[in-house]
Amino acid sequence: MTRRDRVARHASLNERLVFEKGSPGRRGSDLSAADFPRRELSELIDDELVRDSIDGMPSLAESEVVRHFTRLSDWNYHVDLGLYPLGSCTMKYNPKVNEKIARMDGFADLHPYLPESLVQGALEVQKRLEECLAEITGMDRVTLQPAAGAHGELTGLMMVRAYHESRGRGRRSILVPDSAHGTNPASARIAGYEAVHVPSNAKGTLDLDALDRLTNPDVAGIMVTNPNTLGIFEGEIARIAERMHAIGALVYMDGANMNAMMGVARPGDFGVDVLHLNLHKTFSTPHGGGGPGAGPVAVKDALAPFLPAPLIERDGDGRCRLDDERPESIGRVKAFHGQFGMHSRALAYILACGPNGLREASETAVLNAAYVRSKLEGAYHLAYGAPTLHEVVFSDRFQAAHGVHVMDIAKRLIDYGFHPPTIAFPLVVRGAIMIEPTETESREELDAFIDAMLKIARECETDPDRVRSAPHTTRVGRVDEAEAARKPVLRWRPPAGPAAN
Amino acid sequence: MRYIPASDADRRAMLSEIGKNSVRQLFDSIPDTLQLGRPLDIPHARDEWSLLEYFERLAGLNRRHAVSFLGAGVYPHRIPAIVDDLVSRSEFYTAYTPYQPEIAQGTLQAIFEFQTYMAQLTGMDAANASLYDGSTALAEGVLMAHRITGRKRFLCARSVHPEYRMVVETYSKRLGLSLETVGFLDNGRVDTEDLGGRVDDDVAAVVVQSPNVFGTIEDTFALAEPAHRHGALLVVNIAEAASLGVLKGPGMTDTASRRADIVVGEAQSFGVPMSFGGPHVGFVATGRERVRQLPGRLVGEGRDRDGNRAFVLTLAAREQHIRREKATSNICTNQSLCALMSTIHLAALGPAGLRDLALENVQKAAYVRRRIASETPHRILFDGARFNEFVVRLDDFEGTWERLLAEGVVAGLPLVRWFPELEDALLVCVTEQHSMEHVDRLLKGLAA
Amino acid sequence: MIPDDLRYTKEHEWVRIDGDQATIGITEFAQDELGDVVFVELPPAGSRIDANAVFGTVESVKAVSDLFMPLTGEVLEVNTALVDAPERVNEDPYGDAWMIRIRIGDVSELDALLSSEDYGRFIAAGGSES
Repeated sequence: MTRRDRVARHASLNERLVFEKGSPGRRGSDLSAADFPRRELSELIDDELVRDSIDGMPSLAESEVVRHFTRLSDWNYHVDLGLYPLGSCTMKYNPKVNEKIARMDGFADLHPYLPESLVQGALEVQKRLEECLAEITGMDRVTLQPAAGAHGELTGLMMVRAYHESRGRGRRSILVPDSAHGTNPASARIAGYEAVHVPSNAKGTLDLDALDRLTNPDVAGIMVTNPNTLGIFEGEIARIAERMHAIGALVYMDGANMNAMMGVARPGDFGVDVLHLNLHKTFSTPHGGGGPGAGPVAVKDALAPFLPAPLIERDGDGRCRLDDERPESIGRVKAFHGQFGMHSRALAYILACGPNGLREASETAVLNAAYVRSKLEGAYHLAYGAPTLHEVVFSDRFQAAHGVHVMDIAKRLIDYGFHPPTIAFPLVVRGAIMIEPTETESREELDAFIDAMLKIARECETDPDRVRSAPHTTRVGRVDEAEAARKPVLRWRPPAGPAAN
Repeated sequence: MRYIPASDADRRAMLSEIGKNSVRQLFDSIPDTLQLGRPLDIPHARDEWSLLEYFERLAGLNRRHAVSFLGAGVYPHRIPAIVDDLVSRSEFYTAYTPYQPEIAQGTLQAIFEFQTYMAQLTGMDAANASLYDGSTALAEGVLMAHRITGRKRFLCARSVHPEYRMVVETYSKRLGLSLETVGFLDNGRVDTEDLGGRVDDDVAAVVVQSPNVFGTIEDTFALAEPAHRHGALLVVNIAEAASLGVLKGPGMTDTASRRADIVVGEAQSFGVPMSFGGPHVGFVATGRERVRQLPGRLVGEGRDRDGNRAFVLTLAAREQHIRREKATSNICTNQSLCALMSTIHLAALGPAGLRDLALENVQKAAYVRRRIASETPHRILFDGARFNEFVVRLDDFEGTWERLLAEGVVAGLPLVRWFPELEDALLVCVTEQHSMEHVDRLLKGLAA
Repeated sequence: MIPDDLRYTKEHEWVRIDGDQATIGITEFAQDELGDVVFVELPPAGSRIDANAVFGTVESVKAVSDLFMPLTGEVLEVNTALVDAPERVNEDPYGDAWMIRIRIGDVSELDALLSSEDYGRFIAAGGSES
């Protein structure tokens, strides 16, 4: 059966765009107009600012809307279905009870500008989350305002800048390892810094000699991901921090990989001055198809004056209040109080785990990654031999010898029923295959994944064409990304019919 | 721990297969001196039911039963049940960014539909896959205008939501951009004379909001012309997207000189719960020729190798994971699930439902405003046209505010926190969600 | 495939010298490293650009690369066809996909360009300086 036969089979495999569905006159939403006297619209709003009906907006009944989006949903792979080993993304199970909590009356319907006396429950959720995150990271204060990890990075770096400016000189550059997430140098630039790249050494960790060569009084700080994007703990982190502090520079930690060390080690104990966390990674809030996330930033006391305003303070009687009187603050990075819906979920996760559960999560995440590493070593080229924690990076070197590349391996894995790992990142590994199983996978699921990876490795030798032409089992085949980018079509438009009016 | 499948037996078996004696050994790469060596000092684990009890107690502390007339960037609108039902499907909310298009067509097509809806509503050619929220979208819009023009001076209306302005300020000052404010007139609109006198060839963009923070509708078409005469762009922020059900989008004109260049906004009004201010969903829309300057993710239509229509993340070379420090933005994710909420809600509304919703807001807010003017001693400020918000100056602010609060009515947002000259002024928002009983309670409290 | 009538840079641009003018593009090696090219951004004709300065960018699906001026010069002509057909960079990097034609500003800079043999050795060794 070819793919073309399959797409013709059932409407659910061939669902059109919502704009191509429905029919004028249908309604998917009613509004019983309230009984009160009305005026002509033209008395209320100038005619020239009023629009006609929206061209091309479709009319569907409620049942059709449900069917449309249910069909679309059917085309997605998701972590409730199976292993989703995207390295650096921590696709762990998202507890159902957290969804229920975020939707509670009193949370979901809460307006952010209600008087403080009417939102004590929400402020308590945020304050308690701040306290837990401070303890987990070993830091002093936390802002929950940033909306995602990259937003947290930007917030943290702006604070680094404000810190230096308060000491008379903003400094010019931020050191960024070559294995870092692309958000790191991009955030540095938007914070007004030049990103200076630090090469990794042969062990996959920061090169202290290179660091020394790049260190000068214009360096405002370094951004370290620890464990780094290769899954390797930067064992010299304390020494790196000392050297930075010796020249008055600060240490920023990208906390994307905090899932490797909850209850085991704390950034605050190894010299980190400021870090961000990704609640959607470490603290189980759902990834939502690409957001919303949340990126709290934790700091040591020396940086606390620069935190975005407002902060939540506890008064003597235990009540929480929003403190806007923060003259040295970098300002606001987002309107309102951050991604509150993510804060309640993350707190629910932390409270469900407790101290032992969090440590167990990190331990199991590391064990699962070590297990996968040990089973795949030999079949795939291990990029670095150093011990790894929650994730492991292989490369396609062995398979490339047969003309099969990382993208082909990823697509073939889809045929075996798994989401592929992160590929082509970190950039320091050519043909990178970055696997992060997380702690919420059972041994059987890991074994099935390992089995699939080993079979693919064999196929690369025996039947490389089959791998190169994958996936074979999906509704659509490999998408021509180049053509899509050369002639970008970013929206639907009504077909230009004959004599359309 | 109930979220972790590995039993002690599993752990032992796995450890032995990889030749390790203990889990502790797996952490040997973390120097002993850096290990914590004690349990974390956080509350002990709760089971599911005690967790629910804990949060129910906190949720109960929030006085949701207060009747509130708060808007100012977060709007109470009705949300059909299908929205939450559909976004609660694991297929949507437990997936990640659609990096592998073959198994993410659901998310990709939904985002493409969101981009189309935002483009249709604003009247622009294209919109991105969403951003964190309206305030950061405005900051990104300002940075985009800086990239396009190479200029550093911005003229921003004071009537842009002040928290949005604060966010723009935070972003822009580190890049050496200057943000000057332009005042407002008695009708609540931007002071066009002041604006016209100050826009010159150094100005990157004029930044306005419509409806603005006082609820007043701006004539963005008229504001575009002075900006364009000097090669500056017009950036329009739309914090209350439901207004686009009745108002022309800032791109809806055939005259290029009257068209906005960048339209940013917040789509929370479509299907996204207020949730104490987030997560919500921002967007940026622009003209065809500038799509490569857009920040954030974009989904494009393409073909698979058999010629089937398929959707895919596109123009990725703008983004941080490829361009690193030269990217258009540092943003990695979009706000996919919230964008999906808006898309579902818009699909359910359809053009007729959207228009009804918008008109109900316009009419009801106007009605309440008329009654306040005629039945109470308080004075309505700003007589310009509006969508669902208006400003009223209270006769005896403290007394009236406290009296209403005691009755369980939060009558609006005191504007003095942002505008010292608007002492005793309250921003009142009335939407389709307010019943006539709510309105009567407000009127009664104001009149007493 | 390294045409021996061209000169090269370590940034993988080629230069065809024709009297006081030069035509510039990117090499076969460069297009192969980039993969499917989706967008080419070039400077307006008339601009004067210094040697080693960025004169444009090439984007592929997975990468973006700055284009560096091999020689100081004034841009006389730009291959605008690449805007609509960026795939030509992959198909014919040394021919159809030339990028800019310049008037050479400083002939002494010619000495710094690589010969086809030198460039061949450079890419055989990995094609990067570090």
